[in-house]
Amino acid sequence: MGDVLVATVSIAFDGFAYAMLLFMISVGLSVTMGLMGFVNLAHGAFAMAGGYVLVSLMNSLGVPFLPALVIAAIVVAVFSVPFERVLYRPLYRASELEQVLLSIGLVYIAVGGITYIYGPQPPHIALPSFLEGMIDLGFKSFPAYRVFVIVIGLVTALGLWLGLERTIAGARIRAAVDNRRMAQSVGIKVDRLFMLTFALGSGLAAVGGGLAINILGLNPRFAFIYLVFFLIIVVVGGMGSVRGAFFAAILLGIIDTGGKYLWPEGGAFFIYVVTMAILLVRPQGLFGKPA
Amino acid sequence: MNDAADAIAALGRRGRLHWAEALPWFAGLAVFFVFPGYLAFGTQVLISILFALSLDLILGYAGIVTLGHAAYFGFGAYAAGMLSAHLGWNEPLSGLVFAGVVAGGFGFVTGLILLRYHGLALIMLTLAQAIMLQEFANVAEGWTGGFDGLMGINISPIFGIFDNDLWGKHYYLYALAVLFLCFIVVRLLTHSPLGASLVGVRENTQRMHAVGSPVYWRLVAVYTVGATLAGIAGGLFAQSNSFVTLDVLSFARSGTVLIMLVLGGTGRLYGAFLGTTVYMIIEDRLAKASPDLWELGVGIGLVLAVMFFRGGLMGLIDRLAARSGARP
Amino acid sequence: MSIRKVVISLAAAAAMLAPAAALAKTVKVGVVLTFSGGAAQFGDLIEKGMKLYMKEHPQAFGDNKVELINRDSKNPGGAVAKTMVKELITREGVQMLAGFVFSPNAMASAPLATQAKVPMIIMNAGTAWITKLSPYIARFSFSMWHAAYPMGAYAHDKLGCKTAAVGYTDYPPGKDSLEAFKTGFEKAGGKVVDAVPMGGPREVPDFTPFLQRVKDAKPDCFYVFVPSGNHAAAVVKTFGDLGMAAAGIKLIGPGDLVPDTELQGMGTPATALTIMHNYAADYDNPANKAFVKAWKAAYGASTTPDFMAVAGWDGMAAIAHAIKVQNGDVTAAGTMKALEGWKFDSPRGPIMIDPKTRDIIQDEHVEKIVDDNGRLKVKVIDTIPQVKDPCKALKIGKCG
Repeated sequence: MGDVLVATVSIAFDGFAYAMLLFMISVGLSVTMGLMGFVNLAHGAFAMAGGYVLVSLMNSLGVPFLPALVIAAIVVAVFSVPFERVLYRPLYRASELEQVLLSIGLVYIAVGGITYIYGPQPPHIALPSFLEGMIDLGFKSFPAYRVFVIVIGLVTALGLWLGLERTIAGARIRAAVDNRRMAQSVGIKVDRLFMLTFALGSGLAAVGGGLAINILGLNPRFAFIYLVFFLIIVVVGGMGSVRGAFFAAILLGIIDTGGKYLWPEGGAFFIYVVTMAILLVRPQGLFGKPA
Repeated sequence: MNDAADAIAALGRRGRLHWAEALPWFAGLAVFFVFPGYLAFGTQVLISILFALSLDLILGYAGIVTLGHAAYFGFGAYAAGMLSAHLGWNEPLSGLVFAGVVAGGFGFVTGLILLRYHGLALIMLTLAQAIMLQEFANVAEGWTGGFDGLMGINISPIFGIFDNDLWGKHYYLYALAVLFLCFIVVRLLTHSPLGASLVGVRENTQRMHAVGSPVYWRLVAVYTVGATLAGIAGGLFAQSNSFVTLDVLSFARSGTVLIMLVLGGTGRLYGAFLGTTVYMIIEDRLAKASPDLWELGVGIGLVLAVMFFRGGLMGLIDRLAARSGARP
Repeated sequence: MSIRKVVISLAAAAAMLAPAAALAKTVKVGVVLTFSGGAAQFGDLIEKGMKLYMKEHPQAFGDNKVELINRDSKNPGGAVAKTMVKELITREGVQMLAGFVFSPNAMASAPLATQAKVPMIIMNAGTAWITKLSPYIARFSFSMWHAAYPMGAYAHDKLGCKTAAVGYTDYPPGKDSLEAFKTGFEKAGGKVVDAVPMGGPREVPDFTPFLQRVKDAKPDCFYVFVPSGNHAAAVVKTFGDLGMAAAGIKLIGPGDLVPDTELQGMGTPATALTIMHNYAADYDNPANKAFVKAWKAAYGASTTPDFMAVAGWDGMAAIAHAIKVQNGDVTAAGTMKALEGWKFDSPRGPIMIDPKTRDIIQDEHVEKIVDDNGRLKVKVIDTIPQVKDPCKALKIGKCG
């Protein structure tokens, strides 16, 4: 295979795997931000929590990888509900600044708390053997784990799309994102809807966090480090848009991976240039509603 | 009837100097004599106060929410540092002016673009800008020293006499003087018609537009002044440490100054003094003992401040003063 | 007891202690290490090595005592370390500085050591030209060139690599290691086809794009320098995940790539490595056997020391020597004089401090990782004795 073709395939594959991970973590944030307009910088903390719950389940309780992922998602989703009621709900009408400050405060609590409980070292988990090694597709072999992540990401995207487009609950969510007052006046219980969406988003983020352990690595500062990326995906994709989050994640993943592959000295630069360019032209994001 | 008379009297009193305003400066001088071993630390506190003050102008008065204010601090720091390290111009006072002017210029140009946006888009743009600048500084390591840091900064003694000794005596007074001068500028600005119009913009932008106020240009003007002051703070940082690293542009720095200001109370000027001092002193004591619990504590404090103690420490003081009948 | 009796007892006690007090001095040593964050384990290992020496050899200090004052440098940025050093010198009045995990922290602190005339005992930071930054620096760990330069020649001559790619973390030791390997490799006749900076030392990046690029370039050898610990574990894992050994690429590097503390967790991919290093816990000499035994007794049978712990141990032995020779009245010039030409029987083998450069002279070993009944072990297959830092010896770049 020609060099350029090899490079392109490598970048596309790695970038896509990275993108699926970021998508799973960010999609919940996009929907909740679109629904309630709440600037939530702490979303990454749910992903991080998911990762650490997974670690505890696997290393302390001996639960195998796949069931542990599911359990971690459920645990985080359930625990996110009291968070939403007690901390976020009082601030829906508050200024952006206060929302930013509250969520930054939550990130600090999460980071400090996790460091205290688990220590600063990145935790390790053992993957099941069918997820290790390479899968040979003839022209190139690919790491099995990344293929797995891509599959899960695509399944999640499809599931969310079907859920939003084809179910009544999904229709209610879309209605509330489009026009909350109208949706309420039609009788949609927006508060309950939001609670469910928040839980779902947090649960998905937890799955993303668990999957991230063997790609990005997990450590107590995860919520800080990737905060910017999740925000970028939501804002570039457009708040409230699953499609937007999907495409923005792919854009981000490919640009970041391509940047590192082609220009390792300064590759990280490009994402921010692209983000700013998009926001300057379309402040509402690619698929967001105009202000 | 009494309310109206009180209101008019309050308007008339606003802007006049209150005796309590001299307290911070006396305290600053007192520290010089009482805590000679802590002056290097004190200098960094003064620098951070100036930085927080510059943010208060933008955030507290003009209501511009930014997560990337460190961009101007870092811009000033690198400007002052590179002036000495690369161009060999070691005179500190002119170097500081240079840092402020350069950072202010950058603030003006970026402000022209950024201030056309609002809400979340603006927050994201400021954040992306600061990170981009940090990445750019990393790539341009020929100029900035990149990850290794900018070395070779060699500032001449101030006025030819006062050098940067290990104990930081001279630089403490230098920083205090610079802070004082900058504060006078800020105080005049906020008590001027421009300052009043900024409060209007912050409280009700639509009405200000309706009244015909050039909102956009007012914001750009204030943003530029804020960037200039942040640049001066950055310049002081570079000069006092003789060392500049990519940290000066980091999200952590933008976030921390925001926290310190909020803790003290936004839109009050002295909130910057109070919040910064309290935060940095507690950090100096506690963060050494247990850095994890310190972070946890900061987070809890922030959450409590937002949920229960709006207005920060200054707000608290106001309420206590109101209860005791004194007028702040 | 009446007041009078108390005062007399105290005076008597003071009188008894006074002659001893006049002889025994307490030397304050400021220890600047990373105690928090992802690199916390390094600070922990070095400190444990230092304390173990103090515990095992209390008589090495003469009658004097050492008081360790720890400060956390937090990250490889340099600014925090510099502030901590200033504090240690002005607020705590330390007479010696020790530690320094990351090179930028040592580099930022060097001017302060010179300005305040305080000796600086470096126990890890490996950028070659650091010892030139102050006349009061002595180093007990290594220079990046100690391992990388001879590895270059070895890769070409003994491993048969004609081409090599280099992956390195983008900060001073990484760049130093790249230059050292490249110089050695190209001098021996090899060609470096790609040099890939792989992110920074603070966070462990996803190494896949970088290693994928190297794999696609198809070199014979892939030389890697990343900070020890988490970075190293991630690189070896990614190397395995991408099947690079099967693609015919030999993974080589300095000992930072397989620290003893991470070795067991690395699994089979580690056996593909060839390493050039100054220490492994499996070394078979009497000093090391005693050292490892004392370590396990003090810190737990399942723990192991590594090269950072040994540097702490050796550095503390040097501090003891300097204090004893100066009778507790420590000065920078006096300490340097005591350490120049100092020889010691370290767990890593015989070491000496070069009187001209104040840097360490030590044996370098070529190692392979072998599977010994399910446990990974380090096997020494070759030794280059008493290597002086080649960068300063050859006066290359900033070392000249």
